[in-house]
Amino acid sequence: MNTPDPAPLWIRGARVIDPASGRDEPKADLFAVGGRIVRRLTPAQQAKARKVDGKGLVACPGFVDLNCRLGQPGRSARETIRAGTRAAAAGGFTSVLAMPDTLPCVDHPGTLQLIHDICETDAAVRVLPAGTLTKGHAGQALAPIGSLAKQGVVAVTDTVAGVQNNEIMRRALEYAAMFGLTVIDHCQDSSMTEGAQMHEGAVSLRLGLRGFPAAAEAIVAASDCALAELAGARMHLQGLSSAASIEVIRRARARGVRVTADANPLHLLLTDAALAGYDTNLKLNPPLREEADRQALVAALADGALDAIASGHAPCTATEKDREFDLAPFGAATLEVAFAVAHEALVLSGAADLPTLVARLTHGPAKVLGVAAGALAEGAAADIVLLDPKARWTFRSKASRSLAGNHPLEGRALRGRVTATFVGGRAID
Amino acid sequence: MAKTHDWKHKDLIGIDPLGAPEIETIFRQADAFLPALDRPGALDLLKGHTVVNLFLEPSTRTRTAFDISAKRLGAEVVSIDTSASSLVKGETLRDTALNIEALKADAIVLRHSSAGAAAYLARQVGLSVVNAGDGAHEHPTQALLDAYTLRRRFGKVAGLKVTILGDILFSRVARSNILCLGKLGAEVTLAGPATLVPARLAEAFPGVRIERDLRKALSGADAVMLLRIQHERQTTTHFPSLAEYTSQFGLNRDRAGWLRPKAVIMHPGPINRGVEVESALADGDRSVILDQVSHGVAVRMAVLNLCVSARSR
Repeated sequence: MNTPDPAPLWIRGARVIDPASGRDEPKADLFAVGGRIVRRLTPAQQAKARKVDGKGLVACPGFVDLNCRLGQPGRSARETIRAGTRAAAAGGFTSVLAMPDTLPCVDHPGTLQLIHDICETDAAVRVLPAGTLTKGHAGQALAPIGSLAKQGVVAVTDTVAGVQNNEIMRRALEYAAMFGLTVIDHCQDSSMTEGAQMHEGAVSLRLGLRGFPAAAEAIVAASDCALAELAGARMHLQGLSSAASIEVIRRARARGVRVTADANPLHLLLTDAALAGYDTNLKLNPPLREEADRQALVAALADGALDAIASGHAPCTATEKDREFDLAPFGAATLEVAFAVAHEALVLSGAADLPTLVARLTHGPAKVLGVAAGALAEGAAADIVLLDPKARWTFRSKASRSLAGNHPLEGRALRGRVTATFVGGRAID
Repeated sequence: MAKTHDWKHKDLIGIDPLGAPEIETIFRQADAFLPALDRPGALDLLKGHTVVNLFLEPSTRTRTAFDISAKRLGAEVVSIDTSASSLVKGETLRDTALNIEALKADAIVLRHSSAGAAAYLARQVGLSVVNAGDGAHEHPTQALLDAYTLRRRFGKVAGLKVTILGDILFSRVARSNILCLGKLGAEVTLAGPATLVPARLAEAFPGVRIERDLRKALSGADAVMLLRIQHERQTTTHFPSLAEYTSQFGLNRDRAGWLRPKAVIMHPGPINRGVEVESALADGDRSVILDQVSHGVAVRMAVLNLCVSARSR
């Protein structure tokens, strides 16, 4: 990303939405010089500016993703930083938090340095690294959180492994707060989910698959809230999927606990019923749950009980997914469809307006991480996305920029598309 | 003999996709095959065909039954089990199946520990796939032979009251039977420890009744299907001990007295004598356990013949 400054950028006549400032202008221009947002262009800058017609489009801050996997180090058959960040750009994400469960995992400053080095040459968007919360994300001993913070991690998490030991989680919250890091938990009581393949409910009973009970998530969401309260620290819960968990965070926030949370896009649109044909591309962790859960997530995003939509991009190879359901890994590639899916579930359904959706993709996640992103303020990095909310398109994995082979919405008709993504004022193709 | 063109499926993946007339087609053909059981070599309907038994989970009874069924039809039979297969060398199920197809076999009978495995395999290959049990999902030929046994005993299945007792949660036999009996018009009641008979089964299988009181569950039943208690793990989390299971849910003479006078006792085998069922009951007049085994051959002959014939057309 260390290339000369791009030409000045002039986006003309777009609907400009900037949730951080509450701005929503039906027709306005946006300008960037030297990779930063400016109030206006000088006549000289106007003359050499790259002019982009925003007619009929929405211009908003680039999206901030709280949960994606970029394959490196160690999983480059699934995804690479080069391919994954291009997929992110195609999906409108200009800053992405890379999960630390790589091979080796990010529990050592050396691994972090390796990621920085790869990003230096390969990344098309801003990669914000996360470190593990415990060594080897094994849940036994704290990772060197201070050293990781010094090397630039903005969050620590054991992600899907979760943290089963409450004492460890308590101390991690207290310690990480010293460095201003966001502690993220994937809420799951593993004693209740051994061998689980999908949501536990009528569908799993019918299919003969072991289930993740919704309670296994809500229990840990509740214990996390209690621990955040005890530690007096801020905490983020990733990928909430059940109505019960939403209820837990609503109550905790009402009593002043500093807990934030996100949900993944597929969970806003689909339920466990979609697994009737044992589609391994819909084998997710957290799992797709029931209609009442889906509605609770949508309502929570609409009213702000959920702060963010995180892609949950979990690339796998097609070969890994092309096998018996219980032997296939969890996860779906979602960066490129996240906006369209969330747009359908939230905006086209009438549950929320477009500025609310944009807020959950920009200002909301940026606040969770405490990073300067997801806003169009003067002087901010010119990370901008152009959206065509009316565009009808069909997702084809052949056109995907990701290396992943696990695209659950292959061939599905979608509405709403990212038409251009600018990082530091530069268009990413 | 039933006309085989009533049957259009090259595979038998589960009971779920079948309609009652198709189940009846299987039964009518099984009726025709039943006399041939005592006369090996009498039939050559699948002569020149090869059936591969791909059993990736331990099974003696079902594999033997399929083996005999295919041979009674004149087919050649090849059996592959887990220890002998390349799957232990890391070959995928898909590659194993493609190789079997390239060897020009006509049918694969698959037993697999993963729910959905038979449907997955059927999507990969053009040859006939018969599900001999996929995880806790379905075991369609077991349900067919169970319903067939009821049909022969009672004349018809519609209107019968059938109670399935035991481990429903982990049982593919239970799932296929719930579906099959329901399609044929029987009234199905589920009973057993609440840990193994979750309440939401009533939602998963509309029409079934869950009865927590064993006496009520058995009273007035025309048949009781006992399920094998099979998971070692269950004895720590799903019920306290085998002895307690027997004392609370085992079928003994007192409890059998709650059934209708002409009721039958069924079990898919292998039986844990003295656990799910008192030994004398398993051997008694009301037991049709060995009829189930014999009928299983005729029913599997019907299934193999129908599926392979449908594929050839």
